[in-house]
Amino acid sequence: MGSTNSTLLKIPNVEVLMRETGFSPAHIIRLHDRFKALDKEGRGYLCPQDFGAIKELAMNPIGDRIIGAFFSPGKETVDFHTFVKILAHFRPVDKDRPKEPNSPEPINSRSNKLKFAFQLYDQDKDGKISRDELLKVLRAMLGMQVTEEQLESIADRTIQEADLDRDDAISFEEFRKSLEKVNIDHKMSIRFLR
Amino acid sequence: MFALSGFTLFSRVSTRASGRRVPPWALNNSQPLVGAHCWPFRGASRWARCQREGFHLIPRVSSIVPESCLLIVVGLLIGGLMKLVGEDPPVLKSDIFFLYLLPPIILDAGYFLPIRPFTENLGTILMFAVVGTLWNAFFVGGLLYGVCQLEGHDLGNVDLLSCLLFGSIISAVDPVAVLAVFEEIHINELLHILVFGESLLNDAVTVVLYHLFEEYSSVGTVNVTDVFLGVVCFLVVSLGGIVVGAIYGILAAFTSRFTSHTRVIEPLFVFVYSYMAYLGTNKNRRSLTSPGVKVISPDDVPNQRWNCVSSIHAIRLCSLCLIANISHKSHTTIKYFLKMWSSVSDTLIFIFLGVSTVAGPHRWNWIFVVSTVIFCLVARVLGVVGLTFVINKFRIVKLTSKDQFIIAYGGLRGAIAFSLVYLLDEAHFAMRNMFLTAIITGMTIRPLVDLLAVKKKQETKRSINEEIHTQFLDHLLTGIEDICGHYGHHHWKDKLNRFNKKYVKKCLIAGERSKEPQLIAFYHKMEMKQAIELVESGGGAKLPSALPSTVSMQNIQPKKPPQDRALPQLSKAREEEIRKILRTNLQRTRQRLRSYNRHTLVADPYEDGWNEILIKRKKMMELEKKISQMNNYLTVPAHPPDSPTIARARLASDPQAWGIKSMTESIPTIKVDLASPQSPESVNVVDEFGKKGSQPKVSEEDEAGLTMKVPSPAKQRKDKKPDEDDDKEPQQRLMRCLSDPGPAPEEEDEDEPFLP
Repeated sequence: MGSTNSTLLKIPNVEVLMRETGFSPAHIIRLHDRFKALDKEGRGYLCPQDFGAIKELAMNPIGDRIIGAFFSPGKETVDFHTFVKILAHFRPVDKDRPKEPNSPEPINSRSNKLKFAFQLYDQDKDGKISRDELLKVLRAMLGMQVTEEQLESIADRTIQEADLDRDDAISFEEFRKSLEKVNIDHKMSIRFLR
Repeated sequence: MFALSGFTLFSRVSTRASGRRVPPWALNNSQPLVGAHCWPFRGASRWARCQREGFHLIPRVSSIVPESCLLIVVGLLIGGLMKLVGEDPPVLKSDIFFLYLLPPIILDAGYFLPIRPFTENLGTILMFAVVGTLWNAFFVGGLLYGVCQLEGHDLGNVDLLSCLLFGSIISAVDPVAVLAVFEEIHINELLHILVFGESLLNDAVTVVLYHLFEEYSSVGTVNVTDVFLGVVCFLVVSLGGIVVGAIYGILAAFTSRFTSHTRVIEPLFVFVYSYMAYLGTNKNRRSLTSPGVKVISPDDVPNQRWNCVSSIHAIRLCSLCLIANISHKSHTTIKYFLKMWSSVSDTLIFIFLGVSTVAGPHRWNWIFVVSTVIFCLVARVLGVVGLTFVINKFRIVKLTSKDQFIIAYGGLRGAIAFSLVYLLDEAHFAMRNMFLTAIITGMTIRPLVDLLAVKKKQETKRSINEEIHTQFLDHLLTGIEDICGHYGHHHWKDKLNRFNKKYVKKCLIAGERSKEPQLIAFYHKMEMKQAIELVESGGGAKLPSALPSTVSMQNIQPKKPPQDRALPQLSKAREEEIRKILRTNLQRTRQRLRSYNRHTLVADPYEDGWNEILIKRKKMMELEKKISQMNNYLTVPAHPPDSPTIARARLASDPQAWGIKSMTESIPTIKVDLASPQSPESVNVVDEFGKKGSQPKVSEEDEAGLTMKVPSPAKQRKDKKPDEDDDKEPQQRLMRCLSDPGPAPEEEDEDEPFLP
């Protein structure tokens, strides 16, 4: 454990990180290794090109959105802390965690997971998924196989189903409600990050 | 707890007390089996059908007792009757069973197997199948031996290996039984797939065990190499099955690529190839049998069991490509045929079991029977609990104790074991079946399920939102996994999909279809359905204001939707179609057949609507007459001021369609072309909408006016439609849509009536 300890020590504020995210030391180390592997020039932070170098991500229809999610608005780089915090969203939920009344909600709670997903839809951060934003996502996912009119039709249908307050957009609450039957804990968790 | 499900397990008593090493196959196989007369068979099937009908007429009974139990009881009665009469009741011949009765059931199960939950839970399933079965076999065999030793009297001559042999037969969960019971209780998908998947995959284990024990029982000693060879044998068996299945599947898909001109024989291909795969594995088994293990048996007793596994794979792989290649009609045909056959087989099997129990000489040894039952139960429970404990460490969605209970309870042994043992006829011991236990447990499983409030199968369909968002999340997870550098579940699934899309589809799917024009068909279906339902709902008070806003409603004032934001009637149909589009296109290439319940089918909008279409046509005629009467001012308008999109579409549309405009008087014929999924009916429908829309406006404003709203999207689709539209006559579907309430929106109705 000597080597792992020393690696841990190299990372600044690692205890805070572990506490906030709930990752174990082993995970932190693994993520750190991954971070270093992505950060080819060893600068200590990641920029969009580093993410872009991941081949599979380039083929992902929403790859650019995912990458964008790592970068807070205005910032051009991602440091290790932010990296880990974002990935913490995908940790499986701890079912047995005692509910302390004053502690903030853990990053990987169901609600936070949903918020993360919501933000990927809502690019202009106005708190709602407008029809255009939805169309963009659908276009990205369905790609060349569906015509524009079909897309629009689907988008309309989607909004119409979910939109409870009739403002022609999907707010976070409506988003959450429409997914209440889906097992988010399962769908948005990576086993690796236990 | 779990039902030994009334399936008989008995062997014949060997008359030779000393020579217990009689190889089972040495005895003439057919000797104890009474030659099956034809007429009882036919009579039985007729009776079966009647009984089934009667069964369904007595809902109360059916809600308490699972059908399978009743069938066994009926079989018992028949057997008893026959005995009274003096006839020898027919006994289930093994080859009938394995060659004719079992394949349809397996085929049906494999064809409609929901592949996604299956692959997601594959690890768990395999664990249960392999480890669980092994555990069961040894536990039961061992304990039985102990009992036999203790008891003395009749059973003293039973040795360890015979007990183990027996244990290996009885230890495997049986798909037939599981299907029969689980379907009725509508358990949630996860549990169903777990138990069912286990029942499918444990065949390989059982076969190998069986073989090994037979082998060892002749040799007398066991050493390490034998065990090792056993493992090798197991691998060969399972992988061999998969390979054979894959080969046949590819062959089938390839063949079907060229059948676009002879659609009628497509179902035949499916069945033939599947059956060939089923039989093929049988032959291969003989040659593939590992060289080290000497195969004594010329009989294919265990081999046939193995066919289940391979045929599942065969069919699965077949259907992957076939579904894309074969036409809509063929698909429907296959669907219904499979359901029919498997239902009939199922019924017959159970009845025969009942009959066979009564037939033939058995020796009934209470102690043995009871102890077997108890041991099986205990083994199963222990096995499930133990395995779940281990498995839960690796699963995200854990199996609760309730789940475990159901899995343990549902581990039914059944018909296949029965036939196997029947073939044993060497004898170790005889026992009667545990009908009593079986019937009781079979009956209690359903109320227990209710009692425990086990999560039932989700009845409601997913909304569009769910569909889209889950796909989105899939992509998201794949992306995150890539970022983490973690080759997880999503990663491989994605890769497989891409591979499939790029290479496999190009080869195996007929040329013009490889770009997924199924979408177009679906979309058209959706549009048509929407149109139909639009009209139907338009006849009522509710005006669906929730339609795509791209269509302008200049002529009609949309009514205010009701306060409670009830989605209009068309939602379900539309939803289904949109869901289909999403499913086929959101990076998923396989059409997922939702229900694998034997009694339900995903209804086909065409099928359902057809009759109603015909009926409504008459109404439509009258309507037309009415319209033409008050027609002074209903001259053919230039055309209503449509939105630009509609106008554009119309301009681009088939010129023939314009001709319709003048024929307001003539009653257009309804031509529903079911020949091809690419039927452009809905497209033509839309054309007429625009034109007709304004006309009836005056008289039947609400109803007809709605037609204008109909899917402008579909209109634009016309531009991209392949040219075959021009050939098809733009017969007036509009009219049909005007009055046709359309197919029942409920797509997943219990499609019971097809089997009376």
